[in-house]
Amino acid sequence: MKNITTYLSTVAAVAMLAMPVSAETFKYAYQGDAQGLDPHSLNETFTLGLLGNVYEGLTKYDADLQLQPALATSWETTSPTTWKIALRKGVKFHNGNNFNADDVIFSWQRTLSEGSDQKVRGGMITGIEKVDDHNIIVTTAGPLPVIMQEMTFLYIMDKEWSEANGAAESGNVKNANDPGYATSNSNGTGPFKIVERQPGVRTIMERFDGYWDTSIPSNVTRVEFTPVKEAATRVAALISGQLDLVYPVPVQDWSRLDDADGVRPLAGPEARTIFLGMDQSRDELLHSSVKGKNPFKDIRVRKAFAHAINLDAIDQKVMRDAATPTGLMIAPQINGFSSAMNTPYAYDPAKSKALLTEAGYGDGFTVTMDCPNNRYVNDEKICQAVTSLLAKVGITVDLLAQPKAKYFGKVLAQGGYDTSFYLLGWTPGSIDAHNVYQNLLSCQNEDAKLGAFNLGNYCNERVTEITSLIGSETDQAKRQALIEEGFKLVQDEVGYLPLHQQPLSWGASDSVTVSQRADNVLDIRNVVINK
Amino acid sequence: MLTFIAKRMIQSVLVMIAVGLITFALLRFVGDPISNMVGQDTSTAEREQLKEDLGLNDPFVIQFANFAKNAVKGEFGLSYTLRVPVSQLLSERIPATLELSILSAMLALFIGMPMGIYTAIHKDSWLTKLFLSSSLVGVSLPTFLIGILLILLFGVVFRWLPTFGRGEVVDLGWWSTGLLTWSGIKSLILPTITLAIFQLTLIMRLVRAEMLEVLRTDYIKFGRARGLSMKSIHYRHALKNTLIPVITITGLQLGSIIAFALITESVFQWPGMGLLFIQAIGNADVPIMAAYLVLIAFIFVAINLLVDILYVVLDPRLRTTVGD
Repeated sequence: MKNITTYLSTVAAVAMLAMPVSAETFKYAYQGDAQGLDPHSLNETFTLGLLGNVYEGLTKYDADLQLQPALATSWETTSPTTWKIALRKGVKFHNGNNFNADDVIFSWQRTLSEGSDQKVRGGMITGIEKVDDHNIIVTTAGPLPVIMQEMTFLYIMDKEWSEANGAAESGNVKNANDPGYATSNSNGTGPFKIVERQPGVRTIMERFDGYWDTSIPSNVTRVEFTPVKEAATRVAALISGQLDLVYPVPVQDWSRLDDADGVRPLAGPEARTIFLGMDQSRDELLHSSVKGKNPFKDIRVRKAFAHAINLDAIDQKVMRDAATPTGLMIAPQINGFSSAMNTPYAYDPAKSKALLTEAGYGDGFTVTMDCPNNRYVNDEKICQAVTSLLAKVGITVDLLAQPKAKYFGKVLAQGGYDTSFYLLGWTPGSIDAHNVYQNLLSCQNEDAKLGAFNLGNYCNERVTEITSLIGSETDQAKRQALIEEGFKLVQDEVGYLPLHQQPLSWGASDSVTVSQRADNVLDIRNVVINK
Repeated sequence: MLTFIAKRMIQSVLVMIAVGLITFALLRFVGDPISNMVGQDTSTAEREQLKEDLGLNDPFVIQFANFAKNAVKGEFGLSYTLRVPVSQLLSERIPATLELSILSAMLALFIGMPMGIYTAIHKDSWLTKLFLSSSLVGVSLPTFLIGILLILLFGVVFRWLPTFGRGEVVDLGWWSTGLLTWSGIKSLILPTITLAIFQLTLIMRLVRAEMLEVLRTDYIKFGRARGLSMKSIHYRHALKNTLIPVITITGLQLGSIIAFALITESVFQWPGMGLLFIQAIGNADVPIMAAYLVLIAFIFVAINLLVDILYVVLDPRLRTTVGD
């Protein structure tokens, strides 16, 4: 049998060699598809990541998530609220039009139109003044040190093309009759142009010959992207050589990729922090055996939870040693990180039990935990591990693991923050701690747009104050001190229970070189096919 | 005859309305589509506004009335996640599903029938025993597993056949087909077999059972007594009478092949309607789910209606009784 197999695979190999092979075609798969091609109608990582090969912002992130100039060449602050930005000359859109200041102003205004999901980014800017075709002055409402980071995902569209095609306003998902021209057509300044797209089936890109940056490493001339939903199908397609890169790969399949010829797993820490949160605001928990009071309001209970969870065990047993246990709510790649403060709470079940007894819960209590089961790497298994670790100190956790559509519908603002204890993951879109302060650490305040994802409403006035301070502090040393002060308060008060940075998990053919960005974005500028 | 057809049509419409209502009621429990439609930085107020504008806050009756009104016109709105009209998505995906389903049905029929006939005529041969015992595997193994096993064997180990997608398709305007290119045909092989195996074993067992029963009847015995050749008895007399129920069942099964193709489609990333539906569930993409379920219900109702009408046309005994 073995001989036959060898013989047959030789035949197959010879047959494959005989076919004309274009070495520069790069085929990859992800678990879902981009949600339309309009760069302003959805602010979501995968969609913007894919479109980042077609469109560009004023700035971009390199392979190590460091900020680099893109359509802007240089920028300086002339006052705390004004930025003088020089635009790159000689840049062309895919249709041949020239890129200039009008396109930037147009794109900014477009992000503020009705259907845009980029209003938060666009809204940071209060005005753009055109000095000449390649110089602009940007005004912000208050001092905004992270404005150039925010500009990486505010993609620039061609004014003339958009207006000529009736796409001057962002595509609007509410408009059932007309999704918008730019939802299925594109015209950017990026290194690849989309030549064919069938939503949910495949997207084909070709190299744009007129791309301004001739120094990018990539030698790819054609890209075939296919969304493949089933993880087993993705992995099989990679091993059988039909795809060059797939992500995400289940961590339990890493050994299979290691064993198979010609492919390898690519792992690295993602900038996403996975953590547990507790309802600390209601006077009585919605889902618990404790009536008349909220045990999570007692810091001793929160500490007891922190000391009961064994991060190393979760890493080793659930995450196959690929996660990075953490004590902070941000990852090392995020601006504001402090390695000195990253020590997790010590695993100490005896101490945990003592704290619970001291708080009057010596016999434990029951609480329901909300958990997604298809959003983060091994999310449900992490929750199961937490459940059994907490059982050892007498806490009974009723685990409610649901698909993300159900989970988010329940626990987010629209579900009325209907949760007592939950697992969530967060990557700050701006790669800066301010985003985490704003969304997770500030007290809930709908009018000020603060704490929208602080589902348990952890609330410390000083931390909230720090949020606005670091939003406008331009002195980096002072700003870092403020960020660390706030993190210290959150840690001391056990506002959250950080678990780990989840691993990025990609699988790649040995014939491609690729850099894995910590925000889980695949930048084809860095993909090289080895001949 | 006409009153019978009219009655049946009215019943079909009622069934469609009932299916629509049940579908719609169920879709209220699939979760919150909003969090998949906006980025994490989008404010709560804007999320609320989006929900309001999409009509998701309207009372159930109004939502259903709007849905039904548009569905009758063939409009199912815009997909929440793919941001393309659902009617366009479905018409793009229907050829893939139908091509796969019809090929599978044909495969099941053309292999299952001879196997059924053989096992009925040669009751004790070793081949019959092999067919019957292996058919147990076909009935009991879940489609998902069969698909994965075929992928592993023919895609990963031998690397003969592609493991996902349709390969190169030729666009004929209103129809896209994989049958005109080599890679399209190769891509069809594994999913067609996966989808056909259950139906194949079903047809084989059905043909065998029917055939055995017919072979026991008196007119077959008379035929043998009269000295007709065995060949003539088996194929001219027995088989013909076996075929009536077989064709009925096969026709009805076509509906379920189309409906249950979704498992095969998701294993092979086959870009048909079922895959579209499965992806929509994950994102709570209500317009796609509603349209798919209504369409599948329509296919079932249409096939049943057709079969009912054909019965009356074909079988004179029914014509006298159904009038009243």
